Amino acid sequence: MERIYEILSTIKPGVDYENAENLVDGKILTSLNIARLVAMLNDEFDIEITPIHLIPENFNSVKSIYKLVTMLDGE
Amino acid sequence: MNKTILDYFEKTVNSYPQNIAVGDNDCEITYNQLQKKAQAIGTAIAKNDSLRSPIAILMKRGRNIPAAMLGALYSGNFYVVLDCESPIGRISKIMDILSPAAVIYESEFNEIVNNFKGAFIKIDFENSTKTQIDNKLLKNIRSQLLSTDPAYSIFTSGSTGSPKGVLITHLNVISYIDWFINCFKIDEKTVFGSQTPLYFSMSVTDLFASFFKGSAYQMIPKEYFTFPVKLVEFMNERKVNTIYWVPSALGMAVKFDLFKYCKPKYLEKVMFAGEVMPVKYLNYWKRYFPYLLYANLFGPTETTDICAYYIVDREFLDSQTLPIGVPCSNSRLFVFDEKGCEVSNGVEGELYVSGPFVASGYYRNKVKTNEVFVQNPLHNKFPEIVYKTGDLVRKNKKGELEYLGRKDFQIKHMGYRIESGEIESAFSAVNGVELAVCIYNSEDDKLILAYEGNEKLINTLKVTAEKLLPQYMRPHKYEAFDEFPKNANGKIDRKLLKKIILEK
Repeated sequence: MERIYEILSTIKPGVDYENAENLVDGKILTSLNIARLVAMLNDEFDIEITPIHLIPENFNSVKSIYKLVTMLDGE
Repeated sequence: MNKTILDYFEKTVNSYPQNIAVGDNDCEITYNQLQKKAQAIGTAIAKNDSLRSPIAILMKRGRNIPAAMLGALYSGNFYVVLDCESPIGRISKIMDILSPAAVIYESEFNEIVNNFKGAFIKIDFENSTKTQIDNKLLKNIRSQLLSTDPAYSIFTSGSTGSPKGVLITHLNVISYIDWFINCFKIDEKTVFGSQTPLYFSMSVTDLFASFFKGSAYQMIPKEYFTFPVKLVEFMNERKVNTIYWVPSALGMAVKFDLFKYCKPKYLEKVMFAGEVMPVKYLNYWKRYFPYLLYANLFGPTETTDICAYYIVDREFLDSQTLPIGVPCSNSRLFVFDEKGCEVSNGVEGELYVSGPFVASGYYRNKVKTNEVFVQNPLHNKFPEIVYKTGDLVRKNKKGELEYLGRKDFQIKHMGYRIESGEIESAFSAVNGVELAVCIYNSEDDKLILAYEGNEKLINTLKVTAEKLLPQYMRPHKYEAFDEFPKNANGKIDRKLLKKIILEK
């Protein structure tokens, strides 16, 4: 989880990621940010985020991102 | 005679009143409903007694904007769709140039509209759709309209940074759309999945082709291009069979290998324009959908949208580039050298265009207009305006035009004249490189290759350069990006990219 906070802060600093629950729906992260995030998550955790997982619900909060990463890591 | 866009639109309303005209994520409206809304808005504007004046539209992307656009036309004025997401500074610049007679806006933009300078009528969209339609007033206005009156203006960025409003007449649209619907057999069964924003010239094509033929104009929400499964679901749910997108939007499918997971089920025609289409993208699409029609369209906003096109009729290697093809019917193209003489086949020159697609000029900008809308340099026997595109092209052996690059991006390096496109296509074929853009730093005379892909690829790219490019065209530096910055239209923002690189 810590690592996800770090990655998000490099991509877009100054956001209260601990409490944010609408990173996508609230247009906090742009499409550019999300592309970068996906690339960095793939690299960092050695996972493959496919289009199937690329839905707003998975990226709205750090918690949901973490859930996605753990799920893919277990595969 | 059908003089205006509205004559064509009304013919469609009469033939297909219950067809879906416009859809967005939330709902769909029929031609009948669209007309009623547009006439109500038209009446609301017309009550203020302006004719052939600009009406600015400040609204979110969605089904309401087309109603506001048509409403402005019903009132006898021309519209300008503002990009509500662009910085307030740019919107203000455009407002200064326009000094519009009215602004149509959605209530969420109330504050912005209140801060605009100048005298104009404020028209709240929701309220104006409740206006009682005054048929007599609208009919009277229509009787005064000419086909040569302006229909809308689209602002382009302009290399100096000051926006220019390209003024397009009813006749421009009618002539242009006539070519498009005949060339691509658009009819009432066509369902467009529209990607491009309504302040961008490409949007004119699918929007008005729909209104002229009774097709459905389905507006794809912008965020679906980040979440591609949603995009495919939308396309299948609305039975989209025709798309006209910028290449970056088509490339999104390639990046995610999307079609391995889900596929659009109803597609028949895939058109693209706005920037160079990487053949790698095309080949990916063709691998999954070999039997669709693919067409590369080319043109500036100043020719309404398009002046040349190429329907893909043969195979291309990833490292090759697609031609931009032949002139559209009712459009004449010239390739001139610096002295205004036509060059022979195979020789590079600047593309000039004449015919009824060519805009009247830039709104309230005589100087810029006279610079690029000029008398045909081949003769002086009668007035014939040609538009200087600033694009460098040449004809290949098949007689098709090939796009080489922008005149203002042409690189002069070590005494050679280099088209950045030639360098870019050599690299965009490399596995793992999504897109490549060549930046020239004139300060130290160095070529920099920016690419979307992993930074570990640099050695492969160096080998590629040695294999495919002469010494003077090989980049001095390589910069990896996860994704290039894109402008609001979805095109690569070359200016911003250059700035990012040079500031590193």
